[in-house]
Amino acid sequence: MHLHKYEKIWLAFGIGCLFVFLTVIGVSAFAEGNQPPSCLTTIDPEKVDQTPPFDKPGLVKTGNNEYQLNIVVSAFAFTPNQIEIPKGAKVTINVTSKDVIHGFEVAGTNVNMMVEPGYINTLTKTFDKTGEYTILCNEYCGAGHHMMTGRIKVVD
Amino acid sequence: MAKAELQQTSPKMKEKEPPLKGTLASVFLLGFFIIFSWVSVYFLFLHRL
Amino acid sequence: MMGETMKVDRRDAKLTLAHLYVAFIALALGGLAGLLQTLVRSGKFNLPAGISYYTILTTHGVLLGLVLTTFFIIGFQFAAVSRTSGAFSDRVRFWGWVGFWTMTIGTAMTAFFILTGQAAVLYTFYAPLQAHAGFYLGLTLVVVGSWISGFAIFAHYARWKKQNPGKASPLLTFMSVTNMILWLVCTLGVAATVLFQLLPWSLGITDRINILVSRTLFWYFGHPLVYFWLLPAYMIWYVVIPKVIGGKIFSDSLARLAFILFLIFSIPVGFHHQLLEPGITPFWKYVQVILTFMVVIPSLMTAFAMFATFESYGRSKGATGLFGWLRKLPWGDARFFAPFVGMLFFIPGGAGGIINASHQLDQVVHNTVWVTGHFHLTIATTVVLTFFGAAYWLIPHLSGRVMTKAMNRLAIIQTVVWAIGMTFMSGSMHFAGLLGAPRRSAFSTYGNSPQALEWIPYQIAQAVGGTILFIGIILVLVIVTNLAFFAPKGETEFPVAEAAEPAERTALAMENWKLWIGITVALILIAYTIPFVDMIQNAPPGSKGYKLW
Repeated sequence: MHLHKYEKIWLAFGIGCLFVFLTVIGVSAFAEGNQPPSCLTTIDPEKVDQTPPFDKPGLVKTGNNEYQLNIVVSAFAFTPNQIEIPKGAKVTINVTSKDVIHGFEVAGTNVNMMVEPGYINTLTKTFDKTGEYTILCNEYCGAGHHMMTGRIKVVD
Repeated sequence: MAKAELQQTSPKMKEKEPPLKGTLASVFLLGFFIIFSWVSVYFLFLHRL
Repeated sequence: MMGETMKVDRRDAKLTLAHLYVAFIALALGGLAGLLQTLVRSGKFNLPAGISYYTILTTHGVLLGLVLTTFFIIGFQFAAVSRTSGAFSDRVRFWGWVGFWTMTIGTAMTAFFILTGQAAVLYTFYAPLQAHAGFYLGLTLVVVGSWISGFAIFAHYARWKKQNPGKASPLLTFMSVTNMILWLVCTLGVAATVLFQLLPWSLGITDRINILVSRTLFWYFGHPLVYFWLLPAYMIWYVVIPKVIGGKIFSDSLARLAFILFLIFSIPVGFHHQLLEPGITPFWKYVQVILTFMVVIPSLMTAFAMFATFESYGRSKGATGLFGWLRKLPWGDARFFAPFVGMLFFIPGGAGGIINASHQLDQVVHNTVWVTGHFHLTIATTVVLTFFGAAYWLIPHLSGRVMTKAMNRLAIIQTVVWAIGMTFMSGSMHFAGLLGAPRRSAFSTYGNSPQALEWIPYQIAQAVGGTILFIGIILVLVIVTNLAFFAPKGETEFPVAEAAEPAERTALAMENWKLWIGITVALILIAYTIPFVDMIQNAPPGSKGYKLW
């Protein structure tokens, strides 16, 4: 099989780029901890309301400037859906679904995860700017899918 | 005719590769576009961290 | 090139035409659904009472993503194989018709359950949303029909090999066989979840379903599905376009190699659609991200081959300078122009694909309307414009007619309309997605959220683009109807180019199917076994079905 000299140059360059991309995201994920949400913890989807921490959903202080935000997702609501977070707080967001698959997105941030019945999903985010963020469901879940919403207010 | 063509082209092929400068330039432009897009979204990710 | 017939046999032509009719009817109905969606999402229009946005969305996805593509592809491949490897035997043709009718009955059944509001589950039908069992059964028939047609193609290929011992199969036949092997291996996943999980569960035989297993089996199928769409477009680029412009195939063996790489690498990559899911470990997600990047390589090769074909042709016509060859290309020929515009759109399409698959970058764009914008570049522009470009010679070739100058001009206009419409629609989808606007959602201001209000101008731009695209659909339907029934009678060529350098021995070595399928299976087992066993061993309680629409 004959490869033109320029094609060799192009493939070396192209494959080289792919490896650079893979290295960048690999280092970012495995060395700097920017992994995609993969909590792996399971839960009985029909007993969410009785299972801690989702029996008392909401924001819980866990340490100096550290918080846990536990949100129950169901058709078609986030519980709670109005959340105030102090500026600079490092918040671990835990979500789970009581029924079908939902999405949990804080618009305009990297907080974006699948919410699947039977699993808890989690992401950590530091809110270092005051302002208001929209929470929405970004995975189709039924007739009221686009009505699911909530707000995060980051306050001083 | 086919034979004449064959004789003309095959020795040339062996000596020199066909001129594909424009192809090289085109694929590199394409490559730079991919890098630019990827880096843009990567920076958006870093900015939103 | 010996033993090659120049025309598709009349009886095989009928089989292909039947597939194309269904494909273009699906385009008409699915396109109308798409128009309605963009109008609803602009916030300026409500669907007449009773019709749900999500019913329309399911119709759009199933008709365009599954029906248009599968019917066009199988029809096209029947023609390509008949053209390059000779007329089908009566048996092969008979099974081709069985495949066609199975798929058509399946499509009608699926459409019935969607339109009667019993299956607003979108074309990805994620459990535990539970559609009527008839919806899953209809889709099963579509897949089974495609398998029957696939085996008909394999049987014809086997006969050709027997009659031509020691010879490499014609390039288009080789490519069709590769694509059907890819299809067969990947549809096993979706067949498994439908037959063993979704059907018994929707019939009430089982109560509960393992969600993650079902999603994983779906995405084992879902990504190679997009390559099943793309490879026929690549067949047209590699084999037909060089002939249309008057040039040669840049390299027969590199084209074959690219197809084998697609077969090997396009399946063990489904996790890149599941990067944000809770039940899969980051390590296995990353393994499949690496494999996903490998499948970029054959597309890099294809980009080079296309430009090289164009430049070689231009230079043979006396073009000089770095880009002088561009001026020598037949811009006024719709058979070239439509696929060429499709190729151009694959540059941002491919770039977006690499971004989507990049582990953390997916967090920025996952399930936002960016993704919708992305696949409207790849499938709805690159693949679809290439298919339109192919229809402009394939339909008259099969119907015994010729494309008039007026129709060719209309086809050029159609391509321009499509490019403009898609630039508006897909462009604004990409930008709105980066701002966070979700995909698959009816119009909503999310309680007058200031962020959501920012997305509305982009949604209006999507409606403008969607309307322009719908005009494009009307134009292509006019052209296709003309070519099938009204154009002047005559002979139209089925263009098949010759390779610049024949490489019989390499080509023959590329037909080592046992090796390729072996590597494919090995990679699938490596990428999936451990995480899949893990999913089953550590499964949460299953889910019962929900009908939430």
